[in-house]
Amino acid sequence: MSLIFSLLAGIIFGAGLTVSDMVNPARVLNFLDLAGHWDPTLIFVIAGGLAVTALGYRLVFRREAPIASEKFQLPAQRQIDSRLIGGSALFGVGWGLAGICPGPALTDLVTLQPKVLVFVAAMLIGMIVTVVWRDKIRPMNAVRQSG
Amino acid sequence: MTSFAPIPGLIGGILIGLSAVILMLTIGRTAGISGIVVNAMTATGAMDRSWRLAFIVGLPLGALLVAALGWKDWSSLAFPATMPMTVIAGFLVGAGTTLGSGCTSGHGICGLARFSVRSVVATATFMACGIATVFIIRHII
Repeated sequence: MSLIFSLLAGIIFGAGLTVSDMVNPARVLNFLDLAGHWDPTLIFVIAGGLAVTALGYRLVFRREAPIASEKFQLPAQRQIDSRLIGGSALFGVGWGLAGICPGPALTDLVTLQPKVLVFVAAMLIGMIVTVVWRDKIRPMNAVRQSG
Repeated sequence: MTSFAPIPGLIGGILIGLSAVILMLTIGRTAGISGIVVNAMTATGAMDRSWRLAFIVGLPLGALLVAALGWKDWSSLAFPATMPMTVIAGFLVGAGTTLGSGCTSGHGICGLARFSVRSVVATATFMACGIATVFIIRHII
């Protein structure tokens, strides 16, 4: 049952990225280009997503537990550290170079565009290299990935 | 060139929010894509891996569904970055989201919706760095 719920959530998420055209790197880059032909569509995507999620989470967290699992699993990390800021900065630079973040990258696989395949492969390598560095070479504390 | 499209943007955003709420309500998980991908690769338990793979498979299926319903015009789709730039970008996105524990969805939607201070800092950081990068590429170089 959990698999059906998460498949459904994935389908709705992919549909949302498609309807809003966040799957289009050109549109994302135009959002980030404040000094050019600025396209503010992304603000409306975040606003819609944030409003529904903030309200929905409030209602959901009134429950003792989720429908199909034992407990809500939320990130336990609280401190603002160099990894959070440095990692987010690296991500921002990569996002600005190509206009693609992880959700749209995976959703765009449907287009079979060579650049999408290459981006996803490079992204997976970046993730694996960082996990190895984080857990084996420079273990700081047990951090569970939240986002 | 893309033209400002607030209504499709808002509808898409609402769908993304709906997805995040469904995932939390049903299995108690955050809809952060980078974390889902990283943990799909590193998870040891079968269930820990399978729900994440199901979510990942759903993403392109969602795009297919919208296209099948005739609600998607792919004609404006463009990947302006060169191939070498795409490789560097992909690596930085993978490494950065792993190190920073989240991306646009995990921090920008789910984290902000919980009023997480870490997510506010992360979102402000990647937005600022994304804007600065595009400014340098398009208006300075």
